[in-house]
Amino acid sequence: MANISKRNRRREREIKNAAKNRREIIAARLTRRDMIKAGLLTSAGYLIQKNGLSARAQFSGGGSFGDDCDRRWWDGSGGNGTPVSPPTTPFVEPMPIPPIAQTVPALSPAPTVAPNTGAGEGRTRNHQAFTTLPPVKFYEVHQREQLLSMHPELPLQRLWTFNGTVPGQTYVSQYGQPILVRNFNDLPNDNGGFGLQSVSTHLHNGHTPSESDGFPCDFFGQTKWYDQHYPNVLAGFASSHPPTGDIRESMSTLWYHDHRVDFTAQNVYKGLAGFYLLFNQFDTGDETTGFRLPSFPNFDIPMMFNDKNFDPDDGVLAFDLANRDGILGDKFLVNGKIQPFFEVKRRRYRFRWLNGGPSRFYRMYLTKSNLTNHPFWVIANDGNLLPNPVQTTTGLMMGVAERMDVIVDFSSFAAGSIIHIENRLEQCDGAGPTNNILAAGQGNKMLQFRVVSDPVTDNSVDPATNPTFYQVPTRVTERIRRCFEFDRRNGQWVINDELFDCNDVRFRVKRNTAEIWELNGGFNWSHPIHIHFEEHQVLKRNGQTPTLIERARKDVIRLGENDDVEIYFRFRDFVGRYPMHCHNTIHEDHAMMLRFDIDDVGNNNENDCGHH
Amino acid sequence: MPDMNRRKLLATLAVAPLAAGVVGRAATSDNKFKVAESSREKLQKRYFPNFELTTHEGKKVRFYDDLVKDKIVVINFMYVKCEGVCMPVTMNLKKVQNLLGRRVGRDIFMYSITLKPEEDTPRALSRYVQAHKIKPGWTFLTGKPEEINTLRRSLGFKDAKAKLDKDLTNHTGMVKYGNEAREWWAMFPGEANAPWIVECIQWMDGGNAETTGAAGQNKTKRNEPGHNHSKVRNKG
Repeated sequence: MANISKRNRRREREIKNAAKNRREIIAARLTRRDMIKAGLLTSAGYLIQKNGLSARAQFSGGGSFGDDCDRRWWDGSGGNGTPVSPPTTPFVEPMPIPPIAQTVPALSPAPTVAPNTGAGEGRTRNHQAFTTLPPVKFYEVHQREQLLSMHPELPLQRLWTFNGTVPGQTYVSQYGQPILVRNFNDLPNDNGGFGLQSVSTHLHNGHTPSESDGFPCDFFGQTKWYDQHYPNVLAGFASSHPPTGDIRESMSTLWYHDHRVDFTAQNVYKGLAGFYLLFNQFDTGDETTGFRLPSFPNFDIPMMFNDKNFDPDDGVLAFDLANRDGILGDKFLVNGKIQPFFEVKRRRYRFRWLNGGPSRFYRMYLTKSNLTNHPFWVIANDGNLLPNPVQTTTGLMMGVAERMDVIVDFSSFAAGSIIHIENRLEQCDGAGPTNNILAAGQGNKMLQFRVVSDPVTDNSVDPATNPTFYQVPTRVTERIRRCFEFDRRNGQWVINDELFDCNDVRFRVKRNTAEIWELNGGFNWSHPIHIHFEEHQVLKRNGQTPTLIERARKDVIRLGENDDVEIYFRFRDFVGRYPMHCHNTIHEDHAMMLRFDIDDVGNNNENDCGHH
Repeated sequence: MPDMNRRKLLATLAVAPLAAGVVGRAATSDNKFKVAESSREKLQKRYFPNFELTTHEGKKVRFYDDLVKDKIVVINFMYVKCEGVCMPVTMNLKKVQNLLGRRVGRDIFMYSITLKPEEDTPRALSRYVQAHKIKPGWTFLTGKPEEINTLRRSLGFKDAKAKLDKDLTNHTGMVKYGNEAREWWAMFPGEANAPWIVECIQWMDGGNAETTGAAGQNKTKRNEPGHNHSKVRNKG
């Protein structure tokens, strides 16, 4: 009931504001032509439904705002869905597909096990698996500034990129083929108002040795470089399932992004993120073999979702440095473009959806032009294939950094049909969504699908036939149960009442053992909690068995207000330091993080679970 | 507003976010944007109002011109009679000041701004400085209440929830740090470990922000196997 009355108050205020704006327009004696030009009037003479003009339009632009929401994007609450960025015409440009990273024949100087500090390498520890899993492919990537367009009606933006594109180039890797990426910091001296020219590139979801993982404090400065060795190996290869690892631990959709401590949100907002795809003998990228998932790259498409703000005066990408709660953008981007379109054939596609942040939670629907939902299939959660596809018609939740691979079948549509990816989850500030679901057509339209008439064949598997992918790995007895409470003390994020310090090892995991962790959310906040290195199984959410989609291998846990989630891990093969942190990157940069280490001894810290 | 012309309306709307989209649309159809200011000028306008403040030594200073411009700074908010987070943060920042040594006041400047300018006169702040034996280089500041409030909000020391924002006992223990010339700004928790805070502040030195030596070590505060650090958990 409280919620309803709050919404009524909000609506009253909306009506008042709308009336005030109308009075101002009348007082200013805008001509009819002025108003059409300004987009306030339709040619038929009706006032358009625009936030602040028509009270009914409040949810149609970029979301909504609540009573407590501040309205200036640079004033701490981050836009709140009120359009303050310059308007942009939706669906005028095709969605770009990031280029595939190309190998180099060799690197000079040749990579070494020990950090090549003398030649400018910023790494501080030896590679753990360089000789046992020697790299067979080499890449060179330069982090540098590039002028790029995010929308034709906005000026070119000075973005920070991996080799010149946003998202960065997509790495296409195979299990069994370790690679090495030489990662150069060529960022410019002038940051254009936000961002730090010091970086640590994290491969999100990788079974990666710590020194290549992109730990937040393994950063390196301008002119330096850092060799990152990605073994592309299944968990268990050196422990429970020698020599090649447990096939049930296969990962598919990974991404990489900057993770520089205290500056991750700024650096990623500026463009430092991209995809990393892993294939194997089942998930082959060829729809005539293995699991027969839609073929890469024509029908297997990565999509990175972001929301951003642009300065209303000059159209330049804007990051609110005074925001501590979470930045909400009023422009929605897919693969670096604001509201692009994408032409699809009348067949099945695999889309690899990623919530690239910085802070917003999404609930994605496929909205047909008659405002009904088009059902689709979820095949992977956080980049890990589910045992079987799960169909959804009720929208798909995605916290920051979560990936959802989906199969969408366009074969039932006539050529010329239009379908939108639409976020219908209401969120008015960085604290978390209101959990109101907006009506179809009233949410944030992210992307427009346009069905084209080309004749097509489709050899991909029909998810309705219930194909089987990987089973969730069987569990072994845990060595320890640890519990973590996420809270906020006078604006400072605490985990079990303690603050972050990169040098403080909060607990030690014994290598090749299993653990159960309980994560507890605090009042008033929602957090996507990410744990590096080993994906986990969700055992229980608030005492209940999780949904079929969440009953998966994951690396991000959505922790709503007072949620209590129980997860299972098996930390295998590698040692070193890793973080657990909130992936609302604004919370993360305000130190909502802890460090744990994996070693061969372990300890029992953080095991006070109160009720046990 | 009968005399308001179109230009004036557009100017008004530009600062009224509810309708800012309206203005932008007009600008876009002309395909023209204002010539961009430098990003540094923009940051100054948005976050660092140049209000006149008074130091605990009674000196009049301008916030941007005299305190922030071209400097590495550490900024927090507090008040003298605070019984909450202020004292632990002040005590912790004293450790930070000691660890930074002579750099404080030379190229790193620490500022604590009062949340209660009505009662925290320069004299009251001066007594606080003396009572806690705070060394030079760390300046306590007061000013006009409405300007202090604007300053606080501009700098990001506020809560998005209006009710919490008004509750002084809930005021943030976060501390802003940055390098104005390089346009680097971030925050650390004021109660974090002092050596860690010192590392963060030293990143603002410029040049190459490289992996710190300390981050490469494993400082093991509680690494003995089997050791539990006990603490009361507030379930539910």
